[in-house]
Amino acid sequence: MNWWNRPAADTQITHGGRLWLYVLSAIIMLLLVAPTLIVVPMSFSDSQYLEFPPSTWSLRWYEEYLGSTKWMRATATSFQVGLLTMLVATPLGVMAAYALFVSRHRATKAIFLLLITPMIVPVILIAIGTFYAYGRVGMNNTIAGLVLAHSALALPIAIIVVTAGLRSYDLSQEQVARSLGATRTKAFFLITLPQIRFSVITAALLSFLTSFDEVIIAIFVSGGTNATLTKHMFAALRDYIDPTIAAISTIMVILSSALLLSIQFLGPRGSKN
Amino acid sequence: MARADADGSRSGKHLHGAALKRQHAREQWSVLSLVVPALIVIVLIILIPLSWLFYLSFLGDNGGFSLENYHKMTQYKSYYRIFVTTFQVSILTTLACIALGYPLAFFLAQLPPRWAGVFMLAVLLPFWTSLLVRTYAWLVLLQKRGILNEFAMQVGLWETPIKLVHNMTGTLIGMAHIMLPFLILPLYNAMRKIDKDMMHAAANLGANPINAFWRVYFPLSLPGMVAGSLIVFVLCLGFYVTPAVLGGGRVIMVSNQITAILENQFDWGAASALGVVLLVATTFTLYLAARVFKFDAALFGRD
Repeated sequence: MNWWNRPAADTQITHGGRLWLYVLSAIIMLLLVAPTLIVVPMSFSDSQYLEFPPSTWSLRWYEEYLGSTKWMRATATSFQVGLLTMLVATPLGVMAAYALFVSRHRATKAIFLLLITPMIVPVILIAIGTFYAYGRVGMNNTIAGLVLAHSALALPIAIIVVTAGLRSYDLSQEQVARSLGATRTKAFFLITLPQIRFSVITAALLSFLTSFDEVIIAIFVSGGTNATLTKHMFAALRDYIDPTIAAISTIMVILSSALLLSIQFLGPRGSKN
Repeated sequence: MARADADGSRSGKHLHGAALKRQHAREQWSVLSLVVPALIVIVLIILIPLSWLFYLSFLGDNGGFSLENYHKMTQYKSYYRIFVTTFQVSILTTLACIALGYPLAFFLAQLPPRWAGVFMLAVLLPFWTSLLVRTYAWLVLLQKRGILNEFAMQVGLWETPIKLVHNMTGTLIGMAHIMLPFLILPLYNAMRKIDKDMMHAAANLGANPINAFWRVYFPLSLPGMVAGSLIVFVLCLGFYVTPAVLGGGRVIMVSNQITAILENQFDWGAASALGVVLLVATTFTLYLAARVFKFDAALFGRD
């Protein structure tokens, strides 16, 4: 029996009978991935116009990007805000996830729901709401304001990722440490944290990415010398098309692919999760 | 004497128990207090600003309570058109995601987990790539001299370049691409949980593969599909970037209108009222989703 006639699933269907599904899935996966990757060859085009595939190759759009004060400053802002968001959202997320996981209090369910509201509320509302509130206290166009708003967006993701990590960890190990005389804090840092470190790292990377890729809040709340990369990109996309965007997009694709792959492959292999 | 002793030890035990209970309660509170910093962020960024918008939406021109901002929505035809566009885009995008997402999720769920993990990267890579980048890519692919038009003309599908972007078509293509992972991830998880014995049983009882799929597998995958669809629908309702860029000003959804009102008229009351309507529609849909499927599992199928 060759592959074609072999059963493909738990019913009598064969791989041959499933061929249409394989072809269709391949097309859909191509449709998913191709638009993400197509910016890479585009960015090496020499043409002023967007063309694919490019007729002549050059690095001029990278030179343009690296030589522009506006783009460089925006890139620095985005990295700064992303890293600060990561540093705020990760510890806060770990603390909240741990507390909600350990506590048997009646309010935990309600608190969890409250903490994940940033995922439920449309971002445009968070954007105009913070824009209005920041306007009252003079926090628009500040790094601190943007970091605070982005941390709110990243918190639910961090909490959910760390909670998943805690679920696959046996909490009684921490209880053993405490019964042997360690304080709760010491037991957490020495016993629990090392074992959930992969979810904590994942939470940190995703927090960074959430902030780095965020557009709508940045459009409203960031500005002036503190405008983010995404804010400038959005303006450039809406008003005119500048091939420099292709170079920047390529860098962003490489960044998110690298982060995603490190999450996938640095994670614990084998046994759990 | 012995009696007093017994009493004493009993009351001592009692005291001890109360102290333990107090200590337990104190410990519970000290653990729970770890959520306070996170809660402060949520209160500052979500609760206070949203309450403010809510208040502004009910503020009339004279500074008192009024429903005029909401009344306006029923009066003007432009608002009606925006609501229709928003629902149209959201429903069509959701349907497109089901049509494309179901087969792929099914394919992935049938693979051995190792291979599913590899192919899953095709879903996760776009999921974690900036939405601006993907919107930009579609802008290039769909333009008049873009690869799609060139290809279609070479194959002979159409003679002259068709306008694929800066209109509804472009918006729908871009939105479907961006939303697809949000449908596939929860659906895939639901499919993985379907008991294989069910399909064995169906085959054993004489169902051919097609029958077994439609009468056993499909109904079992339905909750995952409904949950994924509702999430996609909700995200579409509040979408801003893709319609703004790929719609070229011709596709105005609620979020775009909120921004336009603020940019052109500085009318916080009108913008807030529209926002409140959006929030109510979103919350209602998610409430339905939560009843159909476990909410966090659906949103974070990846873990």
